[in-house]
Amino acid sequence: MNELENSFLSEIHQASGETIQDCYQCQKCSAGCPVAYAMDILPNQILRHIQYNHREKVLSSKTIWICASCYACSVRCPNNIDIAKIMDTLRNIAIRSGVKPGEKEIPVFHSVFLDTIKSKGRIHELSLILQFKTKTRDFLKDAGLGWKMYKRGKIKLLPSKFGGGKEIKEIFNTFEESQKKS
Amino acid sequence: MKEVSYYPGCSLHGTAREYDESIRGVSSLLGIQLHELEDWTCCGASSAHCTDEELAFELAARNLAIAEKSDRDLLVPCVACYSRFKTAEKEIKEHSRKSHFSYQGKVHVEYALDFFCNEPILEEVKKKRNKPLSGLKVACYYGCLTVRPPKMTGIKEYENPQHMDQLMELLGAEPIPWSYKTDCCGASLVMTRTDIVRKLSQKVLSMAKEAEADCLVTGCTMCQANLDTRQGELEKETGEKYDLPILYFTELMGLALGHKDAKKWFGRHIVNPVKVLSAKGLM
Repeated sequence: MNELENSFLSEIHQASGETIQDCYQCQKCSAGCPVAYAMDILPNQILRHIQYNHREKVLSSKTIWICASCYACSVRCPNNIDIAKIMDTLRNIAIRSGVKPGEKEIPVFHSVFLDTIKSKGRIHELSLILQFKTKTRDFLKDAGLGWKMYKRGKIKLLPSKFGGGKEIKEIFNTFEESQKKS
Repeated sequence: MKEVSYYPGCSLHGTAREYDESIRGVSSLLGIQLHELEDWTCCGASSAHCTDEELAFELAARNLAIAEKSDRDLLVPCVACYSRFKTAEKEIKEHSRKSHFSYQGKVHVEYALDFFCNEPILEEVKKKRNKPLSGLKVACYYGCLTVRPPKMTGIKEYENPQHMDQLMELLGAEPIPWSYKTDCCGASLVMTRTDIVRKLSQKVLSMAKEAEADCLVTGCTMCQANLDTRQGELEKETGEKYDLPILYFTELMGLALGHKDAKKWFGRHIVNPVKVLSAKGLM
């Protein structure tokens, strides 16, 4: 195995299908990114760090979690690099590698969200919110808003019944097995 | 009568209830029969693709496999679901990916806004419109995934889309030109980084206000929820008064077609649209 094959660059290329070497640092992605102000590493810098094999730095960044998947970067890249897709790949790898995430609550939210699908098949918003609040211990945030929404019939108290339980369980079994292997 | 399969998605059973109700209402007035997919499950939304690509693919594929059992098109009102389904479809069609389910990539998946903007449906709307929305200035807010990425959505004018504007014009409303049509509201970050959603939503609301819109129109459940629910706290924070109702395009279609339940849908909003609609003589 040569050096390139062993690099982070090659890992990301294989998982995403995107050619990161094409990036010539025009910074159009970062200029149009609506959440760049809240990132610790700008999108164009993420691509450069991948080229430099800075695995840990990229995977522990806030940036990969702050990205809202709006795809503004992907459609504007002059080299057709799907940067939003690369952000997905980076988050996937970060979770599997067990790196301490740069953002605390966002990965917790995703994990609670998936737990809700696993147990209920669909997202029952009230269960999702309560479970997330149990993890973050912030019960007061948006409580008033929740009441306003309840009064307007927007909060469903009980989850709907669904019949796809066995299949959903299979999907999650495969996922959990693959997480254990890596 | 046109028949389509219908995948409402999770939020249309909860926070986006008026979107579901207005789609059903408008469809029945236009002679479209909706068949809700049996035993549909969550598409995985943003959390699955952020966590594991294979998981995201299979959660979408399971629903598409159910839809494929009939030869009807699949109508999808939530853009997050739509984006996940189109991603799975691309995997099957372009990368010959195999799913655990029987999904072959044959079902035609259509986003609700694109569906209602099809020529024969627009003709029907034109014929049946009995309460034109005269004098109502609307800011058409497409957001991200209704148009991006175009390799999934097929929308050519993804930086300055026009189809919702044209639909609103057909309803008799006045779509205003403005520059935040496809800017992001912060989407699912609302639960975790509410500060980001507030900042992004504030820009959208301010621009719509500056462009003198009476209301914003959208087809995205996350955009609607973020812009509708955050106005109160933004007003306290910035001192700026927005008072901008955030409507689903199907609610305005229902109003223009004279649907009897329109008032009920409007009652579900945090920023009540009835005030501005009454002032314009539309209710």
